[in-house]
Parts: sequence; structure tokens; C-alpha cells
Amino acid sequence: MVTPMTIGLMIFYLWPVAQTFFYSFTKSGPFGGHTWIGTANYRALLDEPSVGQAVANTLLYTIIQLAGIPLAVLLAALLNQRGLRGRSVYRTLYFLPVVTMPVAVAMLWRWMYNGDYGLVNQLLSVIGVQGAHWASDPSVALYALAAIGIWMALGYNMVIFLAGLQGIPATYYEAAAIDGAGPARTFFRITVPLLSPSIFFATVLTVINSLQMFDLAYMMMSTPGSAAGTANPALPRVRTISYLFYQKAFVEHDLGFGAAVAFVLLAFILVMTILQFRLQRRWVHYA
Amino acid sequence: MPDGTTVAGRPARRLGTAATHLVLAAGAVVMVGPFVWQFLTSLKTFSETTHVPLTFLPSEWQWSNYSQVFDVLPFRQMFLTTVLMTAGRTIAQLVFCSLAAYAFARLRFRGNNLLFGLFLSVLMVPGQLFLIPQYLIVQDLGWVNTLAGLIVPGMFSAFGTFLLRQFFLALPRDVEEAARLDGANPLQIFFRIALPLARPGLLALTILTVLWSWNDLMYPLVVSTDPAAMPLSAGLATLQGEHMTDYSLLMAGSIMATVPMIVAFVVLQRHFIQGIAHTGSKS
Repeated sequence: MVTPMTIGLMIFYLWPVAQTFFYSFTKSGPFGGHTWIGTANYRALLDEPSVGQAVANTLLYTIIQLAGIPLAVLLAALLNQRGLRGRSVYRTLYFLPVVTMPVAVAMLWRWMYNGDYGLVNQLLSVIGVQGAHWASDPSVALYALAAIGIWMALGYNMVIFLAGLQGIPATYYEAAAIDGAGPARTFFRITVPLLSPSIFFATVLTVINSLQMFDLAYMMMSTPGSAAGTANPALPRVRTISYLFYQKAFVEHDLGFGAAVAFVLLAFILVMTILQFRLQRRWVHYA
Repeated sequence: MPDGTTVAGRPARRLGTAATHLVLAAGAVVMVGPFVWQFLTSLKTFSETTHVPLTFLPSEWQWSNYSQVFDVLPFRQMFLTTVLMTAGRTIAQLVFCSLAAYAFARLRFRGNNLLFGLFLSVLMVPGQLFLIPQYLIVQDLGWVNTLAGLIVPGMFSAFGTFLLRQFFLALPRDVEEAARLDGANPLQIFFRIALPLARPGLLALTILTVLWSWNDLMYPLVVSTDPAAMPLSAGLATLQGEHMTDYSLLMAGSIMATVPMIVAFVVLQRHFIQGIAHTGSKS
């Protein structure tokens, strides 16, 4: 019964990891074939400034994504109030971006970010602010991208927190109310600690997903006539590790270097995840 | 903040509820507003989209933008490719994942722990580590720009196996035990008893696989170079590259590409949210 799945995973997933590891020590010829070049790809990683910049971009993007978590907790807490009308309507609306194709989301936001005709700048001009060219100004583009990321993930995180909140017994809240605790105190002393396993889970997932950010960045950077988007002036400041991987391996056809970049990504994901599991003992309460 | 304000009076509570709705409604505008803008833009002429100050409603509703998408892109073909790719991956995953998941949940066989550990290790590894060899396999088989190339690697999933295993583990053993005593073999028990009981799990896997398959970009971008062979995600990315400035067309195309998932979500809402919340609490 496990045979078909085992064979499939072996061919397309398990063995490829070993192959990618092997390729990261090779240089691929124009007509296939892989020449062993030792650690040259890894040494080149250290020399190439685009790699360090991609790591910095990815980490900054990831950190900003974490800001979406308290926002989602707050929204979930508001939605979870007893007797609130229209809860399912709100939930549906907030969840819409989660089921929308990221390619379409990126196109839509890029249009709204347009410096001359975009809705964002139009709204800003109402309050007298001159907005930037959000998708192509190197100093703001990554933040603009991160805003889309938060917007897309908000509904997903909110649903996780709603499920977590529903597991908190009402008696805690009744006791807090009897003790005269206000809403803010109740939120920080009861809701947040009891929700901490969900918060931890959402944080781990957010970090793993954000470190792999590709599609939104790719779509925001692409420009006419160049599929790789090399012409967007903001590219060096937006290009993520995953984007660099795609560009090296599949646009520049340097499979070896791409493979090495993929292992950098794996290293970051592993380190960040292990770190979070280590830290969880300090703040996550399991009832 | 569940409403525990028994100490405060009724007017205060009503004020609190109003404030809650105000915040939630403002949030909802931010969440839905972009989609409204997308729809309105899709019905404007090119010159109207680049006219300052912006108009809110289209002065003339250009429904022809939607048919024009079919002229600038092989949209019909891309749509069909996406449907077939999604269906192929999903059906295959349902079969392969449920078989493997049941075996891991109920049967003891040699090396089952080791094998399960290997499956789990696939879960931990980001997709970028599979992509180069997957591309080379697809290339060697001559599957670039084919449906097979788009479907086959996505037929197998460690995640799906793990998800369904959790569902099978949660089923009561008694019925299966009784069937076994009546002489049913594991495959019979699987098809007649376990599978029907695990329907919520199968539905959750279906939803997650369909969503992922429909929306994924990097893999189809790698294994298809010809727009006529691309699914919608890669195809729209190409449309943006070639018709960058005509946003009314881009918006019309992106709406048509997303509507199937939106409709599925609205119809199966409870299952979507449960499926996602479930993977949230279990994995």
C-alpha cells in the first residue's frame, strides 16, 4: 500500500535532495553534464554581493511579516466576542486573499502601487502626501512587498487564532470578569498566554513561508521584455533568496550555483526553526 | 476580548460593540477594496485607467476587455491546462496518499518507522531543493511543455500522507477489527470501511491540493516555456511581462484566473476554513 507513494517520493523528492547536494559541488555544462568543482560554488556565494543582499532582503521581509501576527490575534479576539453579529461574513472577507492566486494578487497590488495612476497614491494625495513609485523605488519596494505579504496571510493566521480561541474555556473569562479585569488586562493576561501555542505555530509557519518568498517578488519585479526582471531598479533590494535561486538555476542556467543557493535557504530555514523551538519554552504555555 | 463586561453597564457594552464593528469593517474594506478596484479597472478603457484624477466607476463598461484577454493570450488553453493539472494531481494524491497513510496508521510492516521518518524529512525540506532534479527529470523524459511534466511530480505528497494518517489514526478501531475477524483483508477494510469514514480528511486534502496546484508559480514556470502549454499562474506572469502597461487587460485576465477558486471557497467555505484550521492544529 505504501509502494506507489514511496517510489514517487524517492524519485521526485528524496533522491533529488541528494542530487541537489551533489550539483552544488559541480558546474553544469551547456549541453548537460556536471563537472566537479569542489566548494567553488560555496566560495562564490561569499564573494557575490547579490547573495548577501538577498539574505538581508529575505530576513527583513520575514521580520516584517511577523508584524502581521499580533494584528491577526487582535482581529481574531475581536471576532471571537460572544454574540458578535456578522462574524462569518467578516471571516469570509478576510479570508479571500488566502484563496486568491498570488500572481493575480501581485498584479493587482502592482497596479495599485503605480506611481502615476495607482489607487494608493491617489488616496494619499487626498491627505496631501506625495506617494512613491512603490514597485520600483529601491528604498521602499521591499516594504511595499511586505505589506502585500501581510495582507495575504492575515486571514489565514486569523483562522488559526480563531480555532485556538475557541479552545479557551469561558470560565477563565468569567473569573476575570468577577475579579474586575478590564478588556485590555483580560486580553494580555488570559487570551495571549492561552493562545500562545497557536501563536507559536503561526510564527513558525510564517517564518518558513516568508523565508521562501518568491511569487510576489517575482511578479512585482518583472518588466516587459525581460522575464527575469533584471530591468527593475528595485530588484537588488527586493530579490529574495528564493528569487536568486530561480534566477541562477533557471534563467542563467547555472545549476550548480543555484543548488548552493538552495542549500543556503535550507540552512536559514533550519536554523530559524530550531531557534524558535528552543525559545518556545520561555513563552509558550501548554495547558 | 470575549464580552465579559458584566460590570460595565449596557450602554458601555453597546459602545464597545459599535467600536468592534468599526474596526472590523475598516479592516474588511482594506481586505476587499483591492478586489473591487481590480474589478472596476477591468472594465475601463486603457486611456481611462491612465487618466488623472482617477475615475471610480468606469465611464463606459468595457466588457470587451474580457474577450480581448482571449486574443492576447491562449487563455482557453491555459485554463484547460490548469484544470487538468489540478485534477490530475489531486486525484492521484487522494489515491496514493490515502493508501500510504492507511498503511502507516494501521499496518505494521518491516521498516515502517524508518520509512515514515523519511516521509517526514521530505516535509521539512523547502521545494527549492527538489526543483533542479525535478526539472532535469522532466527534461530527460521530454516532458517540458506537457501536461505530464506539470502533473507527475505533484502526484506525490509527504504532506498529504501525513495529513490523512492523522485522520485514520483518529478513527475508532472497533469496526475495522470486527471486519478483520469476519475475514476481510486490509485492502477490503481500507476501501469499504476506513476510506468512507475518513471523508473529511479526503475533503481537506482535496481543498489544499487544489488550492496549491491552481496557485503555484515557480514549478510551472520552470517546466513550461511555451505560453500555450502554461497553466494560468505562469501564463499571467507572461502576460504581465508582455502587456505590462494595459492594466485593464491584466485585471480582466487575473479575475478570470481567480474566480474558480473564489467560487469554490464561497461554496465550500466551512470546509476550506476547517481544513486549514485543522492542518493548523495538527501538524
